[in-house]
Amino acid sequence: MKIAYYPGCTLNTVAKGFDTSARESAVLLGFELKELNQWNCCGAAFPLTPDNVIGLTAPTKVLVNARKEGDTVTTLCSVCYNVLKRTNKVVRDDKEKRGVVNSFIEEEYDGGLNVIHFLEVLRDKVGFEKVKGAVKRSLKGVKAGAYYGCMLLRPFEDIGIDKAEGPTIFEDLLKALGCETVEFPNKIECCGAHLAMGNEAVVTKLSGNVLNSAKNRGAEIIVTSCPLCQYNLENSQKKLAEGSGNLQMPILYFTQLLGLALGQDEGSLGLEKNLFDVRPMLKVRGI
Amino acid sequence: MQIKLTKENLHSEFVKLIERISGEELANCYQCGNCTGGCPVSYAMDFGPREIIRLLQLGQEDTVKNSNSMWLCVGCLQCYCRCPKGVSAAKILEALRQITLRKGEDHEQIKEIPFPFMKNAPQQAIVCGFRKFVS
Ligand code: SF4
Ligand code: SF4
Repeated sequence: MKIAYYPGCTLNTVAKGFDTSARESAVLLGFELKELNQWNCCGAAFPLTPDNVIGLTAPTKVLVNARKEGDTVTTLCSVCYNVLKRTNKVVRDDKEKRGVVNSFIEEEYDGGLNVIHFLEVLRDKVGFEKVKGAVKRSLKGVKAGAYYGCMLLRPFEDIGIDKAEGPTIFEDLLKALGCETVEFPNKIECCGAHLAMGNEAVVTKLSGNVLNSAKNRGAEIIVTSCPLCQYNLENSQKKLAEGSGNLQMPILYFTQLLGLALGQDEGSLGLEKNLFDVRPMLKVRGI
Repeated sequence: MQIKLTKENLHSEFVKLIERISGEELANCYQCGNCTGGCPVSYAMDFGPREIIRLLQLGQEDTVKNSNSMWLCVGCLQCYCRCPKGVSAAKILEALRQITLRKGEDHEQIKEIPFPFMKNAPQQAIVCGFRKFVS
């Protein structure tokens, strides 16, 4: 099996480990993430106001290039996923906007592509049972808080990966890897997102809420699918440590855990790039 | 806070513009407050999403424009997901930002953004931040 894959800007740069751990995991599970021959930035924000059609052009270009390589495209970053999936729906369902976007980028795209998240590939195309069967190094007993944030879920009617409130796709994967998952109240609350530009205090507060919420329920690590959540949750711990809250909570991409559990070579996991290294804890547990 | 109701501000062009850009009908909001209840940044806003909508229903253009609310909205869509009337405060706040940015008035000055952020932050944060804060 080969699936067309859109990495997006962040996975090509600061979140390299997210990208390489996913590619390697795919190989270990018997399929290939085939990077699109040509791609550009998705725009990193779905244009919220319906009159903003120009914001649809960049993601539509991505979709056009992906369509040349098959009927399905997958991505790892929650934001890329959100932007591409929502844009695809608009182009498919709104004839007028489709016309405007197509004439602007000089393409004839009809929204015929299926945009899926890598979590959906693992759940629906591979199957969590098969993932479980491929585990070589069980993460048994690791208490993991699955953090969904916003973009992987909302708005539910456009995204539909799982229930808007009380989703479980993340936990289902983590359980297959052997983790003990921890339910925490803030798992679908915002980390502060782009307010990292210019409003660190709010990000520290919001990310702090997420971190403390997970920690209070016993989480030892937090698992995410968004490089901005990862950055905010790590960075805000530096700020919190200046006060009274020294959390030292490792924040990992789900593919890093997947790779670990599948016995992937540590060199491609990018664990050393994480601010709080999970490896000492795993060593103590004999994992 | 004193609110002055006049025929002009109840039918203001500004409010019509917000409705046109956002695609939302302000009258659909019946002020239950679910949006503010779910909004993670309402604690820091001068006016939470419910209040912003109320102020707009009453045509209070200056109060809304001078509040910090639009620049604090993270676009997390909790307000919309929990609104029993299907109103998207997120779109209304985005429309407010758009009105400012489309005039070329930036909220963040690029040269003042700290270097460590530009160097270390994920690209998506920079691109998204520019789209939300810079014209
Ligand atoms: S949740 Fe909806 S109806 Fe209730 S106050 Fe907010 S916008 Fe208005
Ligand atoms: S989208 Fe904005 S207004 Fe709505 S809940 Fe999130 S931060 Fe609050």
